[in-house]
Amino acid sequence: MNNRVHEKKALTIDGQEVALQNEKNILEVAKRVKVDIPTFCYHSELSVYGACRMCLVEVEGRGLMPACSTPPEAGMVIRTNSPRILRARKMNLELYLANHNRDCTTCERNLNCRLQEMSSRMGVDEVRFGEREHMVPQDRSNYSLVRDPNKCILCGDCVRTCQEIEGIGIYDFSRRGSRALAEPAFGKDLSEVECVFCGQCSLRCPTAAIVVRSEVEEAWEKVLDPEKFVVAQIAPAVRVAVGEAFNLPPGEITTGKIVAALKKIGFDRVYDTSVSADLTTLEESEEFFRRLTGKGGPLPHFTSCCPSWVLYAERNYPFYLKNLSSARSPQQMFGSVIKNFVTQLEDVPPEKIVSISIMPCTSKKFEARRPEFYQDERADVDIVMTAQEIIKMIKQANVDFRELDPIPFDVPLGLGTGAGVLYGVTGGVTEAVLRYAHEKLTGEKLTEVEFSAVRGEKYLREAEVEIAGRKVRVAVVFGLANVQQLIKEIREGKRTYDFVEVMNCPQGCIGGGGMPLAYPDREEIMKRRAHGLYSADRLSSLRKAQDNPAMKLLYEKWLQEPNSDIAERFLHTGYRSRKRITDEVIRIQEAKESQKVDIAVCVGTSCYLKGSYSILQGLLELAREHGVEDRVSIGATFCLERCAEGPNIRINEDIVTGVEEHNLREIFEKAVMSKLASV
Amino acid sequence: MAVANEETVLSRRFEKVNTVLEKYGRNPLNLIQVLQEVQAEYRYLPEEILTYVATALGISPSFVYGVATFYAQFSLEPKGKHIIRVCDGTACHVRGSMKVLEVVREQLGLRGEDITTPDLLFTVETVACIGACALAPALMVDEEVYGQMDQEKIENLIEEMIEKEKGGDQ
Ligand code: SF4
Ligand code: SF4
Ligand code: SF4
Ligand code: FES
Ligand code: FES
Ligand code: FES
Repeated sequence: MNNRVHEKKALTIDGQEVALQNEKNILEVAKRVKVDIPTFCYHSELSVYGACRMCLVEVEGRGLMPACSTPPEAGMVIRTNSPRILRARKMNLELYLANHNRDCTTCERNLNCRLQEMSSRMGVDEVRFGEREHMVPQDRSNYSLVRDPNKCILCGDCVRTCQEIEGIGIYDFSRRGSRALAEPAFGKDLSEVECVFCGQCSLRCPTAAIVVRSEVEEAWEKVLDPEKFVVAQIAPAVRVAVGEAFNLPPGEITTGKIVAALKKIGFDRVYDTSVSADLTTLEESEEFFRRLTGKGGPLPHFTSCCPSWVLYAERNYPFYLKNLSSARSPQQMFGSVIKNFVTQLEDVPPEKIVSISIMPCTSKKFEARRPEFYQDERADVDIVMTAQEIIKMIKQANVDFRELDPIPFDVPLGLGTGAGVLYGVTGGVTEAVLRYAHEKLTGEKLTEVEFSAVRGEKYLREAEVEIAGRKVRVAVVFGLANVQQLIKEIREGKRTYDFVEVMNCPQGCIGGGGMPLAYPDREEIMKRRAHGLYSADRLSSLRKAQDNPAMKLLYEKWLQEPNSDIAERFLHTGYRSRKRITDEVIRIQEAKESQKVDIAVCVGTSCYLKGSYSILQGLLELAREHGVEDRVSIGATFCLERCAEGPNIRINEDIVTGVEEHNLREIFEKAVMSKLASV
Repeated sequence: MAVANEETVLSRRFEKVNTVLEKYGRNPLNLIQVLQEVQAEYRYLPEEILTYVATALGISPSFVYGVATFYAQFSLEPKGKHIIRVCDGTACHVRGSMKVLEVVREQLGLRGEDITTPDLLFTVETVACIGACALAPALMVDEEVYGQMDQEKIENLIEEMIEKEKGGDQ
């Protein structure tokens, strides 16, 4: 018997013989034959950590082994559910629960929690190791996420997610024993570190230690206020995922049901963000054409509809801010349309209108609060709810979602094209722009609208498309770790593009941090969500942004034409360099006299690499040489938000850029000595 | 005079950090050695210096922080000029070391989780057996051992030290 199994390169799982197909670990083999081995720390898209010990299986002759990190071998006889394993798993869970704040009934993840589900599944009926001893404060510092370290079970999923997908590394394990935590540097809040609020960590956290910050209560308050006229916009990705929470298959398009549910809840108008995606396509394409023909900014043109990417670029790529499309994201374009156009359309004063967007994304919450998107202290988007939150709201409203009869979006801003819907999946923006560009630049009708080269699951897709006799090189990339690599290669001249679409989240918005948790089989669910959007496009009678009658309405009645002055004012924005680390100063020389000059030398990453340390040394020497050590304070600071022009220093309140060894003396004598002479 | 000293100390320390970084080739694999030498210079690991070290080594501050908080040898809080170590080994524990700790902290006015006085003169820690079990409960001030501590002895000891510090300033 054993011999036979050997020949076929097979092993046995729970008595079932399974042929091997090059799987990396036992877990994958089991998954193929529908044996669902419990895990906390395994995610197929991350490195294997192997620490939670939930996935233990018994291998005959070898004892207990973690299924996630043990490669399958022909002839192995594996049990995934022996009494010994069950005992080990239960014990393991009890240990997790002992240090976990177990207030399930009032917890954000109640009934949507992997720790809870696993405890129930394994029949944990007591916790013999006590209660959590020290409670630490929650982090409610930002608009997107709430962290509750008292719920952390140290699985390390957030650590690897932020390091491997985002390339940022916000979290790491700190301290030891019962005080150990996965937390940002120096125990800081997320708003004080380089977090881009993408929520990828929250999606993978098996407990409520990182959750979406809920705006459900605010939304209820507005919807139930008879004085308010509440307008919703629903992003493309949301429609293929809300059904998951109501036992409908992932990827099923539930647009009509969501609209029906929102109407029952009391929303006055429900519009489709695909419409403003079409608007984005027109505005952004025209901007891109100007770059392409040398009449606008530099190439490559980077898309700007992902707020996490925009924030990351502002902190790390100051030299590319001119390459970033000035077009606002679809959410913000719609916000502007609601507060400036719907007001006229419906004849409601702006102070009565409440704009609520329903998004796949935690970062959109942050985007809506950027000061650029306020007019007269009124936000274009008042409330941002993620898919997770709208699901909660529908449940609270006692609506039987499965049985709802679908109804269409409101007119005239409720009909998006297939191109607009594709914004929900990576490659979609590019495809929408190509569909527009082709017709616009050649004057011919485009019949084959699908650009398969920019579709798929790969984190980087490239294509060369010929439009009007010109080769246009496009790239589509997701995950900021991949973006870092790509940009490095572009800077080194190894790759050249005209158009680069960047999304923070794996597969784009369908993988957004505010989407339902996609558990247990993330890969499969993501496939289906993408498929759902592609079929929504295929089923649309209109598949090109330029064919959308709403565009005609908006431009004729209000915006004139793409990139007109009025469009620039209401649909475009600007970017600025931002510092990565909040105000910390290293004191190096302290002036003793009160009439003094303060100098801060930037040692932020960008300036450091350009040699700020030797500038620091130089300044100390110059102060000594001029005999003014007592009147000059020198410190090092982390970023002066002018990285592109660095190395930079600040002299009292003035920032001096481009400071180098050869001009340092001149700067010191002019800017420092003259100030000292005048005080 | 004392002030001028403090100043050269500031810039010398920072120069030292840079020398250490260069010495270890700005290689993140040498993080622990770098932190040890930085701590030897500052007596603790100040947050902004750790951030600087992370920048220079090209790694995330959270990783540096994780390492700095994992090893007991590193301290992220400033240490006082004098370190009082109250023994909490078995022998001392049985003889009331927790009471000793309480009195010491009370005498120095330490609150909550603080271990260092605001004037940076004293840091109070507990340690395992200091090899003076016969004199339990015992404590150490810097390198010196004091045995059979009771309320009165502690009060005298601390008063004396404070006096000495004040005297030293004049
Ligand atoms: S995280 Fe899960 S197990 Fe913990 S309290 Fe919340 S619902 Fe319960
Ligand atoms: S915060 Fe969540 S994902 Fe991170 S280690 Fe804790 S339990 Fe795991
Ligand atoms: S939200 Fe994104 S950037 Fe922020 S910690 Fe989580 S994974 Fe990292
Ligand atoms: S899933 Fe295998 S050890 Fe965590
Ligand atoms: S690193 Fe940003 S200005 Fe120096
Ligand atoms: S137990 Fe305190 S000196 Fe040994």
